Amino acid sequence: MEALYLLVPLSVMLVAFAVWIFFGAADSGQFDDLEGPALRILNDDE
Amino acid sequence: MNAAVLDTATCWHCGQPAPGASPWSAVVDGASRTMCCPGCAAAAQAIADAGLADYYDNRTEFAVRIEDDADSAALRAYDDAPGAGDVVFNIEGIRCAACVWLIERRVNALPGVTDALLNVATERLRVRRDPAEARTSDILAALRAIGYTAYPVDAARQAAHLERERRTLFRRLFVAGLSMMQVMMYAVPVYLATDGTMDADMRALMNWAALLLTVPAVAYSAWPFMRGAWMDLRRGVAGMDVPVALGILAASGASVVAVVRGHGDVYFDSITMFVFLLLGSRYLELDARRRAARALDGLQRAAPATAQRFIDFPATRATDTVPAGALVPGDVVLVPPGQAVPADGVIVEGDTEVDLALLTGESRTRALGPGAQLPGGAVNVAQAIVVRATSDARDSTLALLVRLVERAGQDKPALALWADRVGAWFVLALLVLTVVVGAGWYLVDPARAWPAAIAVLVVSCPCALSLATPTALAAATDRLLRRGALAVKPHVLETLGRATHVVFDKTGTLTYGHPVLRQTVTFGGASRRMALQLAAALEAGSAHPLAQALRAAAGEAALVANTVNQVVGQGVEGEIGGRRYRLGNAAFVAGIAYGDAPGGQPAGVTSVWLGTTSGWVARFELVDEIRPEARDVVAGLRAAGKTVVLLSGDDEEAAQDVAMRLGIAHALGHQLPEDKLNVVRGLQREDAVVAMVGDGINDAAVLSGADVSFAMGQGAQLAQLHADCVLLGEGLHPLAAALDTAAATLRVIRQNLGWAMVYNVVAIPAAASGLLNPWLSGVGMAASSALVVLNAARLRRE
Repeated sequence: MEALYLLVPLSVMLVAFAVWIFFGAADSGQFDDLEGPALRILNDDE
Repeated sequence: MNAAVLDTATCWHCGQPAPGASPWSAVVDGASRTMCCPGCAAAAQAIADAGLADYYDNRTEFAVRIEDDADSAALRAYDDAPGAGDVVFNIEGIRCAACVWLIERRVNALPGVTDALLNVATERLRVRRDPAEARTSDILAALRAIGYTAYPVDAARQAAHLERERRTLFRRLFVAGLSMMQVMMYAVPVYLATDGTMDADMRALMNWAALLLTVPAVAYSAWPFMRGAWMDLRRGVAGMDVPVALGILAASGASVVAVVRGHGDVYFDSITMFVFLLLGSRYLELDARRRAARALDGLQRAAPATAQRFIDFPATRATDTVPAGALVPGDVVLVPPGQAVPADGVIVEGDTEVDLALLTGESRTRALGPGAQLPGGAVNVAQAIVVRATSDARDSTLALLVRLVERAGQDKPALALWADRVGAWFVLALLVLTVVVGAGWYLVDPARAWPAAIAVLVVSCPCALSLATPTALAAATDRLLRRGALAVKPHVLETLGRATHVVFDKTGTLTYGHPVLRQTVTFGGASRRMALQLAAALEAGSAHPLAQALRAAAGEAALVANTVNQVVGQGVEGEIGGRRYRLGNAAFVAGIAYGDAPGGQPAGVTSVWLGTTSGWVARFELVDEIRPEARDVVAGLRAAGKTVVLLSGDDEEAAQDVAMRLGIAHALGHQLPEDKLNVVRGLQREDAVVAMVGDGINDAAVLSGADVSFAMGQGAQLAQLHADCVLLGEGLHPLAAALDTAAATLRVIRQNLGWAMVYNVVAIPAAASGLLNPWLSGVGMAASSALVVLNAARLRRE
C-alpha cells in the first residue's frame, strides 16, 4: 500500500508530461488538419 | 471639489480636454457628464451603475485616463485603409445572444454609425457609418473596451482567426479529456472502498491527486466559460455561460473545502467530465459553423487577385500582370486553363469549357466559343482563352454575388430572434430556481442542498435555444447556395415553408423568356436542315429574338445571303445561290411565292414562313418554350400541398395553354403588373401566405408585395434584383431545392426546439428534486447540446 504514496504523485507527473508532449505536437502543427491525411493515404500516386 | 471637474470642456472622469461637443458622456449622479473617450465613459458608467458615484464627490484628483487598449496606436493603422462607407469586422469571442445585443448596442451608439449588424454564423459585424466621424479605429476601440477583440475583415486573417480559435479549443478539450480520465482513476478506489477498508490517509492522497489534476481542467479548459460568464455578469445580463461557470465553481469550491477539511463529498470526476463534454459540444458547434461558412469562403476565394492583361491586344501577344481590381471594361486579358475569369467579359479567341459551379450550382461544365458571354468567377477548365472585359472586377457577377451573400447573412429571422429572447429569460429563471432549490433542500436536508443546486445549474440546456437555431439556419443557407439559390433575406426558409400559394409569372420564369424553334414544316421537298440553313443565312445580321432562335437552331452557318433587305414588321429578303428568298410573315412571303400559305396558321405559336420565287419552302413554328423542369417543379409544389397559380401578361389563351401543359389549375392572362399585385393581395386577404416567382426585373412590385419572393437571377441583372431569394442556377431547379431545404430546415428547428423543451422540462425538475446527481446532470446537458448541434449539421448533407 505504501507504494501508492510514490505511484500516485508519479502518475500526476506523468499526466503533466503527457500534456507537455501534446502541446509540443500541437505547436508543430500535427493536429491542424485531421481530415487531410486520411484522404491522402488513398491517393497512391507516388 | 476641484473646479476643473465642473468644466464641461474637460473629461469628467480623467480631466483631460474633451473634444469640442464630445460625443461621449456618462450619467453620474443623475446628470450627464462629458467624457473624453469611450474608455472613460465606459468606466464612469460602470462606476455610476455600481452605485459608487460618491467617488466623484470625494476625490481630489482626476482619475487616470482609461486607455482603450495598450496598442491603440496600432488601431490607428486601420484608418489608413481606403475610406469606404461600410466596414466589416471579425469579432472574436461571441458566445451567446447577450454578446450580440451588447456589441450591436455599443457600436450603434457610436457617433457617425448609422447601423451595426452582427452575423453570428460568420462572426462578422457590418457597420454602416460616416467614415469621417466613425473611424475604423474608434469602432475597434469601443469593441475592445467592452471585451471583444475585433479586426477589420481581411480574408486571410479571417481564416487564420477561425483556425486559431479551433486550435485553442482543441487544446482545452485535450487537457480536459486527459484530466478527466486520470481523475477517474483516483475516484474509482474511493468509490469502491467499502466502509473501513480505506484509511483516511490513503483517501486524502487520492483526493489531493484528483484536486491537483482538476486544476488545469477548471483553470485552463473551462476558462472560456469563466470569462464569458464574468463578462455577462459585469454587464448585468444572463448569458448561457453563467449557469455553467457557477456550476463548475460551486462544485469545485465544495470539493476543495471537503479535501482540506478531510470529510465531505468531492466532485472532481463530475467537474472534469462536465468540462470535457461541454467543450466537446462547443468544438462540434465551432466546426459546424466553420463548415457552414464554406460556400461563402469559396465565393470569396474564387475571385482572382491578378489578371494577365494584353498590353496592345491585336498587335502583340505580350501581357503584363495587373491587379484584377485595375481592369476596366474594354481590357483584353488572357485566362489560362485552371484560372477564374477576373471580370465579366466576352470570349474573343479560343474554344474552351468553363465551370460555373460556384456561380450557379451547376455541376456540368459548359462548352463556349468566341462571342460567348462569360461571368466573372467562371473557371476556365480546358484551353487558354482571350477575353475582353465588359465590366470592372468590382462589378463582376462574382463580386455582386459575394456582396449579396454578405448582405444575406446580416439579418436574423424572427425565429432566431425569438429563440434569443427566450434563451435570456430562461437563464434568468434558471438562476432564480437554483437559489430556490438550494434554499428548499437546506430546510429539508442540508447535506443535499449543495449537490441539488449544482445539478440544477448543470443540467439545464439553453444552448438548444440560443445556438442550435442559428446553426441550423447557417447550415441551410449554405446548402441552398451550393444548390444555386441565394437567400438574401433571412425569412426565406421560414416563409417558404409556411407558404400556401406559389404564384408564377410565365415569361422568363416557367418559360425561357425568348422564342425557341419547336417545329419545322417543309413544303415542296426541301429538307429541314436546308430550310434552316437558308433562314439562318437570311437572318445572319439580325438581332431580333426570332432571328436568334433560328440561327441557334441552324447551328454552324454554311450559306451566305447577298443583297439582304430588311422590311420592318414584315421580314427579310435576300439572294442565296442566285435565288431570291423571303423570310417573314405569310403575307410578305406570299409576295414572291404566290398562292395562299399552305397548311394555314396554327394558333398559339409564332409562325415564320420561308418562300422563294418557285413556291413555299418552309414554315417555322417558334414558341416561348416551357422549361423542361417546370413540370416537375410544379408537381413537386403541388405534392407539398401548395396551390400553384399562374399570372401572365400574355393573352388568356397562351396562359391557359401553358397552365394546362404544366398541370396548373389556376391561370390568369392579360395581367398588368397592378393586376398581378391585386391578385396577390386578394390571396393574402384570404390568409394565404404567398410565394411569388418572377424574372425579378419587370415584376418588382408584385415580388415586393408577396410574402416571400424569388427571382431568376442571371448575370449582370443581379444588382437590380428586388427579391428575397435569387435563383442563380439555370432554370427552376434551385426553386425545388429551396422548397425541400425550407421544409428540412423548419423540421430540424422544430425538432431542436422541441427537444430543448422536453429535455429541460424533464431534467430540471429531476435535478431539483434530487434525483440527478451532478455527474449525471453534466452528461445530460452535454449530450443534449451535442444532439442539437449534430441535428442542425444534418442539413448540410444533401
